[in-house]
Amino acid sequence: MSDYILNKDYFIAVIEDLIEMAEEKKEYFIQLDSAIGDGDHGMNLSIGFREVSKNLEEWKSEDINTIFKNAGTALLDKVGGAAGPLYGGFFMKFGLPVKGKDEVTFDEFIEMMESGVAIIEKRGKAVVGDATMVDTLRPAVDAMKKAYHDDGCSPKEAMKIAMEVGAQGSDSTVPLIAKKGRAMRLGERAIGHRDPGSASSAAMLEIFYKHMP
Amino acid sequence: MKRLINDPYDVVEEMLAGYVTAHKDHVVLDQASEAQGRVVVSKSAKQKDKVGVIIGGGSGHEPLFLGYVGKGFADAAVIGNINTSPSPDPCYASVRAVDTGKGCIYLYGNYAGDVMNFDMGAEKADEEDGIRVETVLITDDVISSENIEDRRGIAGDFFVFKVAGAKAEMGGDLDEVVAVAKKCNDVTRTMGVAMSSATLPSKGGPIFEMEDGDMEIGMGIHGEPGVRRGKIEPADKVIDQIMAPILADLPYTAGDEVYVLVNSLGATPLMDLHICFRRVAEILAEKGITIYKSLIGSYASSMDMAGMSVTLVKLDDEIKELLDYPCDTPYFKQF
Repeated sequence: MSDYILNKDYFIAVIEDLIEMAEEKKEYFIQLDSAIGDGDHGMNLSIGFREVSKNLEEWKSEDINTIFKNAGTALLDKVGGAAGPLYGGFFMKFGLPVKGKDEVTFDEFIEMMESGVAIIEKRGKAVVGDATMVDTLRPAVDAMKKAYHDDGCSPKEAMKIAMEVGAQGSDSTVPLIAKKGRAMRLGERAIGHRDPGSASSAAMLEIFYKHMP
Repeated sequence: MKRLINDPYDVVEEMLAGYVTAHKDHVVLDQASEAQGRVVVSKSAKQKDKVGVIIGGGSGHEPLFLGYVGKGFADAAVIGNINTSPSPDPCYASVRAVDTGKGCIYLYGNYAGDVMNFDMGAEKADEEDGIRVETVLITDDVISSENIEDRRGIAGDFFVFKVAGAKAEMGGDLDEVVAVAKKCNDVTRTMGVAMSSATLPSKGGPIFEMEDGDMEIGMGIHGEPGVRRGKIEPADKVIDQIMAPILADLPYTAGDEVYVLVNSLGATPLMDLHICFRRVAEILAEKGITIYKSLIGSYASSMDMAGMSVTLVKLDDEIKELLDYPCDTPYFKQF
């Protein structure tokens, strides 16, 4: 298992797919956010990833950390709102554990995920059950760690479990009373709607899985 | 869609380009790279040593925030995408653009995204330039939460910005400016009603569906659902439902004085606003509350949303003096 490697091509493919996803799902995220927030989530991700797309070619020669740091900075600068600091923060911290490297082991990949999700939890001051991105990402990362370290799953199996647990986490936001962000003002009226951040996070996990060798 | 725009991705930049050209006597766009073209600065900024007053938030609420940049009011406004907080670097750049060594205050409506981005801007100003930046969040929307610290900021922003701007212009130090801003926020209450959604340029349609002829009491300035949706009722009945929670939220007694704002969210005409104001005045008269001054018009909009809000500021001599203090901005002048 220790010879399992994720190289730079994998991470670039993930970013390219995230760029496509932000365009394809723009309307869907706008719809989700219109139901409980202000409708900005779809447009904001699209604005942010268009900026990433503009510059990605130039960044490709850098190491993994620098590529993600640049992408995170672009999201932070161009998006604003809550999605900017949260997704921007995720990508800016994602590569920190592997500074200077062009390929990583799966143990390192888990550290990267943990590093990214930790900043989302810290900045958003959210925990599981608040009906946010954290409802998708925290259980997903925990499940991935357990599957790989304790249950003998292969990296790809572990990431698949993370993706599935993340999707369930997003589903779990539907009946919740939102406790963070704009939806929190709705109280019981937010029940029955999916949190848009949890949905975009679940879509991101799917992409991380899809491109894994 | 009944909006006159070009590419939806360009709406903010094109609006700002028009704004700074139209109001070139009052404002300029900060040219620093960190400002990212999103910081509107008063021509009066840094003309004398004073606390820097910085306001901001998402676009789509004009004349909030950029309309109130000028002498005696805000020194700068930081402008985000539609309904979206600006990012950290413009928040940081605004501090550098207006600080004269006396520190700065950030004033904005209480939304999770704004808090994250402005906090990061303040941290950077402290770390890189040693500039002290304090924050006062506006929480005037009575219906948005039972807990005052969870409430969002809407049209009441105007008054909190105004007192902070005046106090800074009068030479108050940062602690004093923070204190009056908090004090004004504590006595400012707003509630609104919406009768249609704003049109989101990126979507080419409404943010949310609303049947023609319906209204929603308590709806937020970004279209966040309110407390009750039903058929549109006569103005007096609507105002009664808005005024009750506002008056119940602060201890009012006969003889109190208030400043009133009857605010259009964009599409509600002055005729309707005055009809609504008439009822507000009747209710206040019944309670023995005196109207000191009134503002009627669009001061904090939600683009083309049909709807309005009522804001009351419970006055004392200090708040009165600050609200009356001269200022000169493109969208609010007082001499």
